[in-house]
Amino acid sequence: MKNLGYFMIGIFFGIVLYKSEAASWFRIYEMFQFQSFHMYGIIGSAVLLGAGFVQWVKRTKAKSLDGNPITIADKKKTFVSNALGGILFGLGWALAGACPGPMYTLLGAGFLPILIVIFGALLGALAYGGLKSKLPH
Amino acid sequence: MLFEPWPWYVSGPLIAIIMAILILMGKRLGMSSNLETLCTLGGAGRFLDHFKIDTAAKRWNLVVIAGVVLGGVLGANFLSNSDEVDISAKSIALLQELGFNSAGTSYLPTELFSVEALTEPTVWILLLVAGFLVGFGSRYAGGCTSGHAISGLSNLQLPSLVAVLGFFVGGLIMVHLLFPLIFGA
Repeated sequence: MKNLGYFMIGIFFGIVLYKSEAASWFRIYEMFQFQSFHMYGIIGSAVLLGAGFVQWVKRTKAKSLDGNPITIADKKKTFVSNALGGILFGLGWALAGACPGPMYTLLGAGFLPILIVIFGALLGALAYGGLKSKLPH
Repeated sequence: MLFEPWPWYVSGPLIAIIMAILILMGKRLGMSSNLETLCTLGGAGRFLDHFKIDTAAKRWNLVVIAGVVLGGVLGANFLSNSDEVDISAKSIALLQELGFNSAGTSYLPTELFSVEALTEPTVWILLLVAGFLVGFGSRYAGGCTSGHAISGLSNLQLPSLVAVLGFFVGGLIMVHLLFPLIFGA
């Protein structure tokens, strides 16, 4: 039953990513050229509303739907890896025009070459797993 | 309206709602961790400790991406009149200089994402390298656009701000310094 919920959320997320054009390579290019407010508007409004929601959860100690307390864990303060990994990710994001959500949307939308990007992303995640202990964090 | 591209002030709030529903279901929005889960399911745990994880707790997120794929099917085939992306005239002009003549007429550049483009070995390499950077970078950074930019910034996480600034440094280097080298004549 819960899985059906996750599946429905995924479908909705996939539709939003496609219809917002956040899954379009062109929108990512345009964002990095500062030629349109579109992507900044999407991320900015999502973060603004999201931050309001997270504050509400924390202040009211809201419970999850199944009645458990919600704890939102802090991200690990590994600033070197946040920065270096972030830069590498940004290079890939701009070249692929897709990040780890939209790549699945694009597969569904029928762009078969995205399979090469997904395969590359899996190789990248695998390589990170192998090199992790040798990298600065 | 539904069949037109959705404006940012509709799309952004909808993404916030998706994140909120997941939080209320006791989960967090984050797509890139699925890459690790898939590596584990593919057997990477047999030779790398990093992938010796119990995937049962991560399965819900794979269900989400299965939905995201179907969402792409629906969005592209049943909810859109056109696959044109109305980017600015300046962007189109810049892209045409780089040889992207499909700018403004398609959802993705046909120069990279059409099956015909795959006759060009360079395209395979570019897509593979791009994917590799996305996968490696997101796991090294501890998250991607959804995990850091949306979830992390919403929770006012400094590591996420650092990561997002990194995303931009990388993206700006790629588009402004490397695109002319890669695609320029």
